[in-house]
Amino acid sequence: MSDPSKALFSVQNLEVRFGAVRALKGISLHVNKGEVVALLGANGAGKSTTLRSISGLSRPSSGDIFFAGQSISRVSSSQIVRLGIAHSPEGRRLFGSLTVAENLRLGSCTRTDKAGIIADTERMFALFPILRERHFQLAGTLSGGEQQQLALARALMAAPKLLLLDEPSLGVAPLLIKYIFAALTELKRQGMTMLLVEQNIKLALQLADRAYVLRTGAVALSGSSEELLSDDRVAQAYLGAA
Amino acid sequence: MSGFEYILQQVINAVSLGSLYALVAVGLSIVFGVLKLTNFAHGDVMMVGAFTTVLLIGVGVPFIPALFGGIIASAIAGFLIERIAYRPVRNAPDVTRLLTSLAVTYILENVGILIFTSSPHNFPLPDSLNESWQLMGGAITFTNINILTLALTLLSLVGLGWFITKTTLGLGMRAASEDMSAAQLVGLDVNRLIVVAFIVASAFAGLAGVLWAAQAGVVQPQMGFTPLLKAFVAAIIGGFGSISGALVGGFMLGALEILIVAFLPDAITPYRDAIVFSLLIAFLLFRPGGLMQPNREIKL
Amino acid sequence: MTARVIVAGLALAVMGGIAFGAPSIMSDYFMRIILIIALNSIFVLSLSLSNGFTGVFSLGHVGFIGAGAYISGILSLTVQQKQSLLPHLPDLLNWFSLPFLPATLVAGLFTALLAVIVGYPLMRLSGYFVSVATMGFLIIVNVVLINASNFTRGARTFTGVPLDTTLPWVFGWLAVTVFVLWRLVYSPFGRRMKAVRDDTVAASAVGIDVLKTRLLAFVIGAFFAGVGGSLYAHYLGSFSPVTFYFAMTMNLIAMLVLGGMGSLSGAIIGVICVSILSELLRSVERGFTIGDITVPALYGASQIVLGFIFILIMIFRPKGIMGEREFTLGFSGSSAKSNLKQGKVK
Repeated sequence: MSDPSKALFSVQNLEVRFGAVRALKGISLHVNKGEVVALLGANGAGKSTTLRSISGLSRPSSGDIFFAGQSISRVSSSQIVRLGIAHSPEGRRLFGSLTVAENLRLGSCTRTDKAGIIADTERMFALFPILRERHFQLAGTLSGGEQQQLALARALMAAPKLLLLDEPSLGVAPLLIKYIFAALTELKRQGMTMLLVEQNIKLALQLADRAYVLRTGAVALSGSSEELLSDDRVAQAYLGAA
Repeated sequence: MSGFEYILQQVINAVSLGSLYALVAVGLSIVFGVLKLTNFAHGDVMMVGAFTTVLLIGVGVPFIPALFGGIIASAIAGFLIERIAYRPVRNAPDVTRLLTSLAVTYILENVGILIFTSSPHNFPLPDSLNESWQLMGGAITFTNINILTLALTLLSLVGLGWFITKTTLGLGMRAASEDMSAAQLVGLDVNRLIVVAFIVASAFAGLAGVLWAAQAGVVQPQMGFTPLLKAFVAAIIGGFGSISGALVGGFMLGALEILIVAFLPDAITPYRDAIVFSLLIAFLLFRPGGLMQPNREIKL
Repeated sequence: MTARVIVAGLALAVMGGIAFGAPSIMSDYFMRIILIIALNSIFVLSLSLSNGFTGVFSLGHVGFIGAGAYISGILSLTVQQKQSLLPHLPDLLNWFSLPFLPATLVAGLFTALLAVIVGYPLMRLSGYFVSVATMGFLIIVNVVLINASNFTRGARTFTGVPLDTTLPWVFGWLAVTVFVLWRLVYSPFGRRMKAVRDDTVAASAVGIDVLKTRLLAFVIGAFFAGVGGSLYAHYLGSFSPVTFYFAMTMNLIAMLVLGGMGSLSGAIIGVICVSILSELLRSVERGFTIGDITVPALYGASQIVLGFIFILIMIFRPKGIMGEREFTLGFSGSSAKSNLKQGKVK
């Protein structure tokens, strides 16, 4: 059903060290075009580190990352965005003293097609109507849910081929979580490829086609979402039990 | 001289001094924003601009083109400083970077002394700029260079305002000073942003340096030192790293200094700088985020 | 422990030999260099306490040195000199004259007191904030020295201080400084200082009073800065406020950083390297003639070279020559290590 060598994106034996600590101990995973893959695991399992090294913020000590047939583990962050990987980071990391419009504009800073940027801005306003209302408001003054929508929109403004999502439900009111996941489902329907990190296993597995479960820097389990939903070992991975 | 005219004259003095502080402080804040570096060499970049202008005037270039020559020389100096000295230590601890900038200051100042000696040189300001205007029967005086200073300050600040709100590069600079890794994640080229920030900040230093020297009438290698220290105070009053804050801080500091000189007893006047730097310490202690961000916390 | 005593004994013997034996053999020039090296060692050692071991990077240390120099100078002038040089000195100060040692002690105690007053608020700050704030303190001291002309003769040269500073005096005070700092740095208090430097949050989490630790390091450093200032005043005889300003600050910081900020012997090695280097460069700077070629005087050249060396150190060896190690002549390498172990256990 999925062949790593033909995947849009793959990570092979990725190892990341912070000083003496091995945060990632050689993980491998892949994402096919049009697929949504979830990355699950307890705090400190290495999910965010994986995403950060894909984006070029942390450099792997060994292993490699491939995107569209090209190794990107030594490519600069800005070049990675240009190649088509956008990253909506944990905690949203918006530019709080800039307006919503300016944040969206910076999201498209790697692009030169003006018409496309304008069209995509309209698409974002269709997907997240609140952003149109808040257009000239400072991003720092938005509510948590609004900020999360802006963070998603900012990443999408890069017109990515692969979207990395880190904890889109974090700090968001329950009603808005539903809303955001509905938007993500719509994106999936439109064919967006996504790699999703999420603490809420049930939501993540409902959205994702497949998932990997990380434990202390290594892949502990992987499989289709249906299989994993009924697998007790997923919950055990979170609790840290053997 | 009536009280009103005296006050008006002091307001003119305050605006004149404040605009110079603001120009220097804005440059300091731009660099601090993107690099979190207290750039001591900023004062020496001012000196580079001032000396270049003097040399250009010396070979017969008119004042305004010579001024732009000075600004360009400062921008180049800033570019080189970043490339040669700051980039290799960019990820080093705060103290290492602070020390590197002190060393750059030390080198530039002594290069200045080597070439020009430490004694002051006359600034060859054209007579047309020295011409003074007198209003209200001589109660209020200001010279053309005062007017030019204010005009150029306003013009350059409007230009900067356009740059940081309307261009992607300028927005990127503000974004990077807020959150460097988020700026990387949206695909901004951080190296390029830092280079641009240095060039813009150094051009401001160059402009400030030429205007400072023109008003003082002299240039010398250590000329950037006092304005640099004052600009630190201005930038911290406004919230270090905030461009609009530096602007406000600069004008406030100008006003405060004139206030001390004009309205406090003569016995206190010589202690002006001591008062100003006590204010700096007070701000660092009680409002480290400056006036604009009173809630910003600095951890012990 | 015994090895360290041997090293200390050897050092004292060498210093004593130079101090009392050398003047008859060595040239005045060489004696002067040795004295300046010893004096600068006191300055840099006292600076290393806050800047190196506690992680509070002060740019205001020279303010304490200047305060010490002026206080000791004022106290040491004879009554006649006071009448002619400082006619407006308050009555409290103008009727007596202190000998060298008491004047130095008073200078040290006064600067320590000043450090308590200044440090109590400032030691709450960290990173570049404390650097900028202490720089503010240095500027304030300078402004006060220039303007309090009843005490300091203002920007004019303060002159007439008896030239009491001889090699035995400087070596004696250097030995005291090294002894006190060594006991301090390699004690439980020293471990607290380093803990505060390495991680303030973790240090306060294990119950270390960060403010108190920093303040104590700052105050002790200031005491020896004041003592050194007094020695310097009695060496120079005449000086002015600009003597104790940014040029001196840069010089001391260069020495500290070159030697290594977390090491006492490193501080002294840094002083020796920079002093020798500046002496060599200075002779080049004055201009010289080789055969028919005359190299003109290049004032400022030595500082430029020093500045570049400084930047290269920042880039390639930011921990300086010694880093955190101590130079022990190979004797007490084990005792230095055991110190490290103790530090880890406790």
